[in-house]
Amino acid sequence: MSSAAEGVTRRAFFDSAWLLVSPAVLFLLLLFVYPFLYGFVLSFQPNEGGWPANYQKFFGDSRQLRSVYVTFELALPVTIINVGLALPIAFRLRQRTAYQRWVTTILVVPITLGTVLIAEGMLTYFGPRGWLAQTLQLLHLYDGPIRLTHNYWGVLISLVISGFPFAFLLLLSYITGIDPVLARAAATLGANRWSQFRHVYLPLLAPGLAITFCLAFVQAFSVFPSAVLVGAPSGSTRVISIAAYEAAFEDYDYAMASTIAMIMGFGQLAVVAAVLGLRRGFYRGPVAGGKG
Amino acid sequence: MQRCAERVWGGLLIGLMTIFIINISLMVMAVATNSFARRWLGTWLPDGTTSAWYVAAWKEFQLDAVLWVTVEVVLAVVVLSILIGVPAAYALARRNFRGKQLVLLLFLLPLIIPPITYGIPFATVMYRINLAGTLSGVILANLVPALPFVILVMTPFIEQIDPNLESAARVFGAGTVKIFWHVLAPLLMPGILAASLLVMVRTIALFELTFLTAGPDSQTLVVALYYAVFAAGVRAPQSVDAMAIIYMVVTLVWLLLALRFVNPTQLVSRVREQPQPAG
Repeated sequence: MSSAAEGVTRRAFFDSAWLLVSPAVLFLLLLFVYPFLYGFVLSFQPNEGGWPANYQKFFGDSRQLRSVYVTFELALPVTIINVGLALPIAFRLRQRTAYQRWVTTILVVPITLGTVLIAEGMLTYFGPRGWLAQTLQLLHLYDGPIRLTHNYWGVLISLVISGFPFAFLLLLSYITGIDPVLARAAATLGANRWSQFRHVYLPLLAPGLAITFCLAFVQAFSVFPSAVLVGAPSGSTRVISIAAYEAAFEDYDYAMASTIAMIMGFGQLAVVAAVLGLRRGFYRGPVAGGKG
Repeated sequence: MQRCAERVWGGLLIGLMTIFIINISLMVMAVATNSFARRWLGTWLPDGTTSAWYVAAWKEFQLDAVLWVTVEVVLAVVVLSILIGVPAAYALARRNFRGKQLVLLLFLLPLIIPPITYGIPFATVMYRINLAGTLSGVILANLVPALPFVILVMTPFIEQIDPNLESAARVFGAGTVKIFWHVLAPLLMPGILAASLLVMVRTIALFELTFLTAGPDSQTLVVALYYAVFAAGVRAPQSVDAMAIIYMVVTLVWLLLALRFVNPTQLVSRVREQPQPAG
């Protein structure tokens, strides 16, 4: 941030700052905001019926309504697993060491592989005759048929594989931003590791944790390729994005597709608002330890 | 007692992480093994090895055309997002102007809202203006998340460059153009390089937007892979896996290159709150 004095002298150049930002702003207004508003308006212009007809149709159709339920049923457990696992592991790896760098590098790979490749890998590895099933049967850990693909569990696993590294890296960047001096001060006063975590790190981490939870949730909520490829896209994992895709590219009803996209967006927004509202009760303040 | 509990807890975490990493590596290895397998049905290892599936995949999925489209899309996205994004990042890092918070929000939204949510209205607009299915449509679609990403990666990078360097150059009579070429450009280069590599990796892997806007001639590698897996019953699984491996190698090469220059935490969207003032 530029200093206050600079701000005063810069005021004369007010326009030149806008000159630099405006191409990016224009681009996003045109290709992000406009399509969104267009979709919003379009959702109230159904092919037949009055303006709320599409929404009535969606909420009146039990098959469509089920997709909302299915999406929540997948996204909530996945988010809790991902954030719940990422938090202790990121906390453990908060010191910058060669070990930490290696682990984070390995964990980056699944993010960039993308959901499509993860799905293909899962079909080969977690399939009924894959290495995992063979190992479990060899060790007699589980003798029944192993079905981890083409159902709910397949999508859940693939969302954990792609989502956990994301939650981990985000939390790691928040945790490493907290000054370790604070925890050391607590330790001097006799706090053990658990109390350091509970009373120093966790309150400071609350905003980061809330944002990580929101992003992880939104990501899981919009699952598409893995729900098709390793799930049961017409049955137990017919998530809301599949419903929207079918409306657009199988029925060619763009108004209905936009309606479903808007409902999807509002579902995400509702959870994000709830989480951020919950977070208000927590500590707000600097994460750096000052010397006075 | 407490020390013991801590040790068990630590062991548990390391165990979990090991399971995660081992399973992912095995998953990748299973795909790789299958892509070289002559026949592999329910045994530990395939009957024999062959590289024929790569030739088959190359021909069946017209990978030369797909790869060419991917290169075109990625290059265009990287160049455009840098050209438009870096000036914006500069303004955000150095200037205070009216509406700055609103602009920041506009740049954050495409990274927070998942592609499939805005992708469907986006694709609808693209179909209305007849850009869907064309290469330009795919490039525009990929720019939507890439541009804010460049801005958010570059802004902290520019913030850490000492503004006194520019002031000093100005004192000695350098004009804006000269300052840009001789002072800013060399200092910005490492950041631009890192941002380009990250955008490259993300664009190669970005599925939803390309999937929704691409036509048969404008598929990128990841979309072609999706269709291959989707129609898995039609094709031999080995040739699908061969294609998956080609995709993975393409991504990994750029990823490893990127990791030489940047911190891995930059790969996830950096949606931090305003940096806290140092105490």
